[in-house]
Amino acid sequence: MRKCLLEKKNALLAAMAAVSKLYVPVDGADKQAAFAEWAEGTELSKKLNTNRSAKDFFFPQSEDMMKFRVSGKKLEIVDTRSEHEDFILFGVRACDVKSFAILDTVFLVDPIDTYYANRRAHGTVVSMACTRPAETCFCGTFGIDASDPAGDVVCWEDETYLYLTAKTEKGEKLLAALEAVTEPCGDDAADGVKALAKARQEKLPLAELKPDAFGGGKTDAFFNDPAWQSLSEACLGCGTCTFVCPTCQCYDIKDYDTGKEVIRFRCWDSCMYSDFTKMAHGTNRPTQLQRFRQRFMHKLVYYPENNGGVFGCVGCGRCLSRCPISMNIVKVMQKLGGNKDA
Amino acid sequence: MHKMKEALIPVIGEVIDIRIDTPDVKTFRVVTPDGKKAFDHMPGQCAMLSMPGVGEAMFSITSSPTNTEYMEFSIKKCGCVTNWLHQMEVGQQITIRGPYGNAFPVDTAFAGKDMLFIAGGIGLAPLRSVINYCRHYRDRYGKIDIVYGSRSKADLVDYNEILTEWATDAGVNVHLTIDRAEDGWDGHVGFVPNYVKELGFSTDKTAILCGPPIMIKFTLAGLQELGFAKEQVYTTLELRMKCGIGKCGRCNVGAKYVCKDGPVFRCDEIDALPDEY
Amino acid sequence: MQSVTRKALIDRAAALLADGTVNRVYGWKKGTFAYDVTPALFESAEELERDFVFGDFCGANFSKYLIAETRRKDGKVLVFLKPCDTYSFNQLLTEHRFDREKVYAVGVPCEGMADINKIRELAGDGIADVASEGDKLIVHTLFDGDIELDAAECLAERCKNCKSRRHVAYDELIGEEGTVRENGRFDQVEALEAMTPDERFAFWQNELSRCIRCNACRDVCPACTCEKCVFGNPESGVENKAISDSFEEKMFHIIRAFHVAGRCTDCGECSRVCPQHIPLHLLNRKFIHDIDRFYGDYQAGAEVGSRAPLVDYTLGDLEPGDAVKGGSAHA
Repeated sequence: MRKCLLEKKNALLAAMAAVSKLYVPVDGADKQAAFAEWAEGTELSKKLNTNRSAKDFFFPQSEDMMKFRVSGKKLEIVDTRSEHEDFILFGVRACDVKSFAILDTVFLVDPIDTYYANRRAHGTVVSMACTRPAETCFCGTFGIDASDPAGDVVCWEDETYLYLTAKTEKGEKLLAALEAVTEPCGDDAADGVKALAKARQEKLPLAELKPDAFGGGKTDAFFNDPAWQSLSEACLGCGTCTFVCPTCQCYDIKDYDTGKEVIRFRCWDSCMYSDFTKMAHGTNRPTQLQRFRQRFMHKLVYYPENNGGVFGCVGCGRCLSRCPISMNIVKVMQKLGGNKDA
Repeated sequence: MHKMKEALIPVIGEVIDIRIDTPDVKTFRVVTPDGKKAFDHMPGQCAMLSMPGVGEAMFSITSSPTNTEYMEFSIKKCGCVTNWLHQMEVGQQITIRGPYGNAFPVDTAFAGKDMLFIAGGIGLAPLRSVINYCRHYRDRYGKIDIVYGSRSKADLVDYNEILTEWATDAGVNVHLTIDRAEDGWDGHVGFVPNYVKELGFSTDKTAILCGPPIMIKFTLAGLQELGFAKEQVYTTLELRMKCGIGKCGRCNVGAKYVCKDGPVFRCDEIDALPDEY
Repeated sequence: MQSVTRKALIDRAAALLADGTVNRVYGWKKGTFAYDVTPALFESAEELERDFVFGDFCGANFSKYLIAETRRKDGKVLVFLKPCDTYSFNQLLTEHRFDREKVYAVGVPCEGMADINKIRELAGDGIADVASEGDKLIVHTLFDGDIELDAAECLAERCKNCKSRRHVAYDELIGEEGTVRENGRFDQVEALEAMTPDERFAFWQNELSRCIRCNACRDVCPACTCEKCVFGNPESGVENKAISDSFEEKMFHIIRAFHVAGRCTDCGECSRVCPQHIPLHLLNRKFIHDIDRFYGDYQAGAEVGSRAPLVDYTLGDLEPGDAVKGGSAHA
């Protein structure tokens, strides 16, 4: 473990930015935090987390995949992929770091999504433990320890120091490049902060929320539950929850004809949208209840069934504060889980 | 990194033959620009075809894997992409990627079995691949029965091939039916589910069903009346797909992705899915 | 602090359920915290007693829900309407979007609703609870004890600039009727008009670049009631679910604002629900302000059946050329 005086944090970030492009959480004009490229003088946000999740860095909302040139009956396919540049994401919270592992189980299993893999290979994740979680936080429900996040490098902050430790080879490499601006310390140096973070996580309002009633193989137990009716009745069918969610990964592939060539791009899509499953002859989910149910069943039952019991939610709480009608996975779990034995 | 093969990037396919099967079904023969088959597949698997700027859609590969020269797709005109494909002329290049999905268990569960193929309308398209595979490796399978029905004689897909090739094979029985009587048709008249019951097949067969959802529903019920177990009956599901590789989320039903875990399912496996397909 | 109590609303709703006037009630359902209130249907006094809330976070406008709900089930549905909601209610009736006979509207006075985002700005993350005491909000925080805030400072923007606390529709009213209010709702529009075109472009580009095309603004908007939105229809050729390029991101909101021009009542739901905190209501207010200046003051939804200036040709109408001249300073 190494440490750095908080008043020298700027030098630390400058040293990181010297290694590769560095993105840090910054408050925007809208007073919300968002990742932005660090430059000398950049002030870090004091907010707990960014308004949008960090998934954009690996799975952007919209990306070009290839181009086509059409002349008469002939086609040409242009592979537009290029090697992504290295970058560092600083200040990622435990929930969002875990979301990368969940996205990995989708995009990095065979056949590998090379667009995602390319960004992932070039990104170094520097996470930050949470000592001031919000009331909407429930990462602990899904076994995530906000006092000891995953990441290539993990950081803790107390009143005096920022502590850093590497957890991967990529992290070791980054820490080695930061030796001039950090000093070595004992591996227990951050134990005080960790204990504080842990104690606070355990006392959060949602600390008692348990996922035990859910998991793989529970389709029959929940699919026809009459509670979906009242849970979904006010749902607007917008895509807010899916777009602010760090683990939602559904996408659409579309063509854009520029007049000279056709760009095939992919963009985020939402299972909440009525045309998500629409085909020429109809849709298999004609009601909002079905679409609403799909999203939560996917996170709480289908995903764990295919991924060794790991849930498809990281408890970041974004949907809790962003849903226009304040319906969210916590309310779904409380309502459905309350009716079932674990 | 980017030199890796990307599953979502297609190759170019050239249409070298277009056969008009019915008023709304055409069969397209596709090869790569250098005249080769684009890739190998197994019966039941699918491919993504697209015309850039129009859209991309998933189609069953109609030709048998035993055809090493080209692939064929029998496509019904019913939406944006299929409308465009139908107005193509020979020589048109399109894009093709695949193969996607599982396949009929032709070398395992089907081996040595008497086969009963039941199709309605364009539902013959995915079955043609497996029927021709079984005919090619004739000694690996027992008796073959094919029940096929359509609205009218003109709506029977692959009618010539059925008459001149399938019906003349030893050990292959073809049973055709059309919905309503018409001039020039002296065969059976009636819906497929009823015809299957009338024919009264023995329950030692393995059945494969493909057609409109309503036909599948009633035919499955008919087969069960005859004593078939759901474990003996296979069918294919069709949902909206974009990626074809189990990632975009569109064809997810329960814990399954139809593009990757399907399209072929045994009827008891479908029963285990939530009722949303 | 609201002037009518939760109890007054529950008692009245329960009585109307009991005497058969209505068979269900649209109301606000309590959430996990003080602020995450959900629109919900209540069918019994027990459900009301258990889950109904009324307080400073009951901003949701139920008017649009009436379109689907009145078609879904027979019998009357009770709907609680705050003054601003009644404009949407009337506008939907003007557009024949639901059957008035199937609704029993109960007007509820409103003292303005709090914005949890403003509270977070002032008190930080970690809002365990918020209690209303007179003109103060007492915020119980997770780590910093209780923080006392001026309720006025925590008001939602649309409430700070409330146009009227007088209802324009109801079958009965609970509590005291309010009055039309002096407001500064066009101040920011005028500030934007005073900018140079480049400045104004930069302002909107900065705001709209955050859009994630979740469509929450459209889906909550009581003026957006097309059965199938052109932007959600794959066959339209302009459907897109996410930002495909900057053109789309700029055009979507402007096209939507044009589409609701003359029908937007300025209820402010679009900005309330935007997860990216984009002040979308300013686009609509610009149109309202222009319509007022070009054709005389007009408030959509003020009465049922009124013809908006944009769909009501008169010989005295401003000529397009004059509109451009008059509008050049605020185009």
